[in-house]
Amino acid sequence: MWRETMTGALRLTLLVWVVCGLCYPLLEVGINELAFPAAANGSLVRLNHRIVGSRLIGERFTGPLWFAGRPSAANDNPMRSGASNLGPASRRLRDHLWARRARLVRQHPSLATRRLPADMITSSGSGLDPDISPANADLQAPWVARARHLPLARVEALITHATRGRWLGLFGEPRVNVQVLNWTLAAQSGRR
Amino acid sequence: MTANGFWQITLILAAAFALSVPFGRYLARVFRNEHTWLDTLLNPVDRLLGHVIGRRTVEMPMSWKEYALSMLITNGLMGLLIYLILSVQGTLPLNPLKFPDLNPFLAFNTAASFITNTNWQNYSGETTLSLFSQMAAITFAMFAAAATGLVVAIAFFRALAAPADGGRNLGNFYRDFIRALTRVLLPLCLVVTPLLVWQGSPETLHGPAVAHLVQGGAQRIPLGPVADLEVIKQLGTNGGGFFNANSAHPYENPTPLTNIVEILLMMLTSLSLVVTFGIMVGQRRLARVMYTVMALMLVVAIGVAVHAEWAGTPVLAGSGIMIHAGHGQMGGNMVGKETRFGITDSALFDTVSTAFTTGSVNSALDSYTPLAGMVSLVQMMLNCVFGGKGVGTMNFLMYGIFAVFIAGLMVGRTPEFLGKKIERREIVLASLALLVHPLIILLPTAWALASPTGVAALGNTGSHGLSEILYAFTSAAANNGSAFAGLNANTPWYNTVLGLVMLFGRYVSIILMLAVGGSLAAKPTVPSTIGTLRTDTALFGGFWLATIIVVGALTFLPALVLGPLAEFFMLYPHG
Repeated sequence: MWRETMTGALRLTLLVWVVCGLCYPLLEVGINELAFPAAANGSLVRLNHRIVGSRLIGERFTGPLWFAGRPSAANDNPMRSGASNLGPASRRLRDHLWARRARLVRQHPSLATRRLPADMITSSGSGLDPDISPANADLQAPWVARARHLPLARVEALITHATRGRWLGLFGEPRVNVQVLNWTLAAQSGRR
Repeated sequence: MTANGFWQITLILAAAFALSVPFGRYLARVFRNEHTWLDTLLNPVDRLLGHVIGRRTVEMPMSWKEYALSMLITNGLMGLLIYLILSVQGTLPLNPLKFPDLNPFLAFNTAASFITNTNWQNYSGETTLSLFSQMAAITFAMFAAAATGLVVAIAFFRALAAPADGGRNLGNFYRDFIRALTRVLLPLCLVVTPLLVWQGSPETLHGPAVAHLVQGGAQRIPLGPVADLEVIKQLGTNGGGFFNANSAHPYENPTPLTNIVEILLMMLTSLSLVVTFGIMVGQRRLARVMYTVMALMLVVAIGVAVHAEWAGTPVLAGSGIMIHAGHGQMGGNMVGKETRFGITDSALFDTVSTAFTTGSVNSALDSYTPLAGMVSLVQMMLNCVFGGKGVGTMNFLMYGIFAVFIAGLMVGRTPEFLGKKIERREIVLASLALLVHPLIILLPTAWALASPTGVAALGNTGSHGLSEILYAFTSAAANNGSAFAGLNANTPWYNTVLGLVMLFGRYVSIILMLAVGGSLAAKPTVPSTIGTLRTDTALFGGFWLATIIVVGALTFLPALVLGPLAEFFMLYPHG
C-alpha cells in the first residue's frame, strides 16, 4: 500500500506536470498562432511599419491634440498593471478626484458648473483601460477639433468609427477606443 | 438598477443555471464510470495514463483514509515541484526578461497558494514570473488544484451514497484524478482557449513587444501564453492572473463576451456538483433544496453588490461626477473599474468570483463601496454560496448536519441525515470543520492588527485598513485568493502566515469532511419512517439557511462591524 501510494503520487505529479504544464500550453500556442496570429500576439497595430501599440492596451496621450484616456494608477505603463486600490472613504481618493477635476476645469472653464462622466476622472481597474465612455469622447471632441483645425463633424465621425456598442445590444457598455481614435487622427493629419 | 443591468444579470445567471443541469449529469456519469460520448476517444488515453501510473495503483479500492492520504502526498509533491520551479526560474528557459529566482518566502507562499486552489498572489505576474513559470508552475498548479477539489467531493458523495461495503471503497484517487483531467478540465480548456484568443487574449511564447508611441517615447507590452492560463484559472475556480490586474487586464478579459465566458466558466462546476450530488447520493429532491438555498444567497449577494456600486458614494457625488447612468456614460462607482464592463458586469463578476471562491477580479475590490465589499467578505466567511470546486458543496452539507442536529434537539427526535443517524462523532467532526474556518481567519487578523509588521503593510487607513487585513485572511482561509489589494503582503511575515492559513484552510477542513463521510459510510441505513425529520422540504431548506446565517453572524459580525459597517456609517452621514 505505502509503496504504491508513493510511486503513484510521484508518477501522477510528473504526468500532470508534463500534460497540463507543458503540452497543453504549447499546444494552445501552436493552434492559436496559426488560427489567430494577430490576436495571439497582442493585437499590435503598425503605422508606417512601426509598432505603435496595442489596440487593447491604453497609453498616455497628453496635450490638446489628442483624446485623453482614463486616468491610470499604473502610470500607463503596461509592465505595471493595476488599480489605485484606494478605499471608498480614502482621503487620497478624494484628493485625486478633485485634482483631476480641477485640472480639467482650468483647461476648459466651461466645465466648472457641470458634472463629468464617471470614467473621466476615476482611474481604471487595470491602469491600461483603452476605452472611454461615449459621453467622455463627445465632451472632448470640440477641444480636439479646435486644436487640430478639423471640422467637428469630422472628429465626431472618427469617434463613431472607434465606438463599439454593447455586445448583442445588451452586454457590457458602449465604449470608444482611445487608441484607435487617436491613431486615426494621427494617420489623417499625416496624410494632409 | 437599470433595465439593462437587470437583464444582463438575469440572462447570465439563467445561462449558468441551465448549463449546470446537463453538466452535473455528465459529471455523475464520468465518476460512476458510465458511458459518455467522449469514451471512444478517451478510453485509450485513460488506459495509457493508467499504465503510466501503474495498473495496480489505479485499480486498488480506497477507504476515506487511503483516499485522503493519496491526495495529501500527491498535493505535497506537486507543491514541492511548484516551489522548486519558482526557486530556480532564473536558470530555466523561456525567461525573456531575465527575472531572478523567487525568494523562499514568496516561493512558499505562491506554491501553497496555488496548490490549495487559493491563488493569492503576493507578486505581479508581469514583473516576477518567467513564461516558463507561468506555464509549468502556475498553469500546472491550477489543473492540479482544481482536479483535487473535484475528486475529493466525488469521494465524499460516494461515502454518502450508502455504500454496501461500509465505506471501504470510495473509489481510487489516481483514477478519479486522471478522469477529472481528461473528461472534464482538459477538453473544456482546449475548446474555450481559442475563443478567448479570437477576442484578443494573447497566446504566444514571445516576450514583450516594444511599441513606439505616436507621441514619442516607447512602451514595453508584456505578452505570453495568457489565454490558456485564463481558461483553467476560471474553470478551476483558481483565480490567479497572468498579470497583476487579473481579469481587469484587457489581455486577460478583452471584451464583454469574454467577461460572460469567464463568469460562466467559474460557475459551471460548482453549480453542477450540486446536481451531481443529487444523482450520486440518490437525493435529487434534497439537491434541489440545496441548490435553491444557495442560489437564493447568491442572488441576494449580487443584488446588494450591484446596487451599492450603482449608487456610488457621497465622496464621488461631491467631486462632480455624473452619478446616474445615462447619456452615454455609466455613472456609479467607476473607481477601479473598466469602461467596457461598467458597473453591472464588474460587480457581477467580482461577486460571483467570491461566491465560487475563484478570486479573480475584473475590477478593484479595495475600491468597492463598503456594502459591496462586505458582500464579498461575507460570502467567503460563509464559504458555501456554492463555493469552490467541490469544497463548497461539502461545506454546505456540514451546515446541513449542523441544522439537522439543532432541529433534532428542538423537536426531540434523533437527528438523521441522508438516512444515517447523526451522532457524537459526526457532530464533533462537522463542528471542527466549521470552526477551523473562523479560527484561522480571526486569530491571524488579530495578530496582524496588534503587530507593527502587520499594520505597516496597509494601503488604507482607518476601518478600511482593518477590512484589508480581515479580507486577506478570509480570502486565504476560504481558498479564494481575491484581495483588497492595497495591502502589500509581500513580506516574510505575511508570506508565511498567509501560506500557513491557506494550507490549513484547505487540508484540515477537507480531511475533517472526508472523516465525516467515512464515518457516515460505515453506518447502517435507518429506514425512513413517519417520525423522521424530512430534510428535502422547503421548510428545512429555510431552517438550513437560517442556521448558516446564525452561525456566520455569531462568528463574524463583530469583525464586520469594525470593518466595512463602520466605514459605511462614516461614509454615508445619514446611513
